[in-house]
Amino acid sequence: MINKKVANVQVALSDIADNMTIMLGGFGLCGIPENSIAELVRKNVKGLTCISNNAGVDDFGLGLLLQKRQINKMISSYVGENAEFERQMLSGELDVELTPQGTLAEKCRAAQMGIPAFYTPAGYGTEVAEGKEVRVFKGKPHILEHAFDADFAIVKAWKGDEAGNLIFKGTARNFNACMAGAAKITIAEVEELVPAGELDPNEIHVPGIFVKRIFQGEKYEKRIEQRTVRTK
Amino acid sequence: MLDKIGIAKRIAKELQDGFYVNLGIGIPTLVANYVPQGMNVEFQSENGVLGMGPFPFEGEEDADLINAGKQTITTLKGASFFDSATSFGMIRGKHVDLTILGAMEVSESGDIANWKIPGKMVKGMGGAMDLVASAENIIVAMMHVNKIGESKILKECSLPLTGVKCVKKIVTELAVMEVTDKGIKLLERAPGVSVEDIIKATEVTLLIEGDIPEMILD
Repeated sequence: MINKKVANVQVALSDIADNMTIMLGGFGLCGIPENSIAELVRKNVKGLTCISNNAGVDDFGLGLLLQKRQINKMISSYVGENAEFERQMLSGELDVELTPQGTLAEKCRAAQMGIPAFYTPAGYGTEVAEGKEVRVFKGKPHILEHAFDADFAIVKAWKGDEAGNLIFKGTARNFNACMAGAAKITIAEVEELVPAGELDPNEIHVPGIFVKRIFQGEKYEKRIEQRTVRTK
Repeated sequence: MLDKIGIAKRIAKELQDGFYVNLGIGIPTLVANYVPQGMNVEFQSENGVLGMGPFPFEGEEDADLINAGKQTITTLKGASFFDSATSFGMIRGKHVDLTILGAMEVSESGDIANWKIPGKMVKGMGGAMDLVASAENIIVAMMHVNKIGESKILKECSLPLTGVKCVKKIVTELAVMEVTDKGIKLLERAPGVSVEDIIKATEVTLLIEGDIPEMILD
């Protein structure tokens, strides 16, 4: 067993520096690497390019990094729900590359799987296609999109073991499973870290080979963005 | 004239047994409440769940279980979870049978705009561009006119496009319309709405053949 366990978040993120490109898992606030985001705030690294489907809310998730102006560029599919984000974007302080969600996921997956680029129909005929190569397959135009090239991928899982194997819960799998192994170094934070051998190999969602470092997060708030309920 | 629930009810009539369906945010989400009895459909939410169920009972919300609108949900028997790349594989690979989404504008040729108002609102396209580029069966649920009474069905969209030549059907508070090679064809009118009312509210010239029946909702 190759042991991927590191002591804590400080050790895991120790070599993240200014101006790096970082992928962060999560959809909305669901499945975001809360402990790592808090550590990025504490380290106060600046000039980051962040690849993440959303940008958090004003006071949680990536919104915390935006508040401290640590992000230069965001690559996301949807950035509503964050007033500070909108302000920085409209004033030009923040560079934003909006990418269709399926393309964003596939750009992660392509990086993970060693595919340099791919064609997709998403965005053809729109602003997204500007400057991109177009090719027709089976009579339908597609645009060429490239795999991401990031320094770090930070993902969050429900359970993990010391070998770096990951299991997700519910819809918190989202981008986390696509980003593991999609950057030079992948860091996984998990709610529960167990010794190798305790997770059933049949139930692993992401094999440990894609993960370089793993640690158990100190605490999880797991904030709910839209609490919708029905009455009994 | 229909309200939002009426629009959702009319769209629910487009569902077919065995359909996998992706619902957008807003009016489309309401369609899930009006699945005809005895019909089996499964709702896909692009953040990674098939077999989406209703909202949870109070106290049973789970932060790890949300839909694409970030609302807490539940799952039904037979549900599954998957990652975002797999989710859009289902969409791009045409495994999802029907996509229902909202729009700010739709053009005569079936172009759709629903993600950006330059200088005003830029929230992003989310999964809408992937959905409209790949789905073969796209129904738009929207109000016929905007807040100042202007037609949202236009010769050409004025807002940045989400996709081109993709919308198949439009359901509004006034009418059901089909996008054809020759233009937009009026299929049905809402209860209490005349063909003239619909013509007046629509910028494009509608194709009207014979008597236009009133929608049947229940």
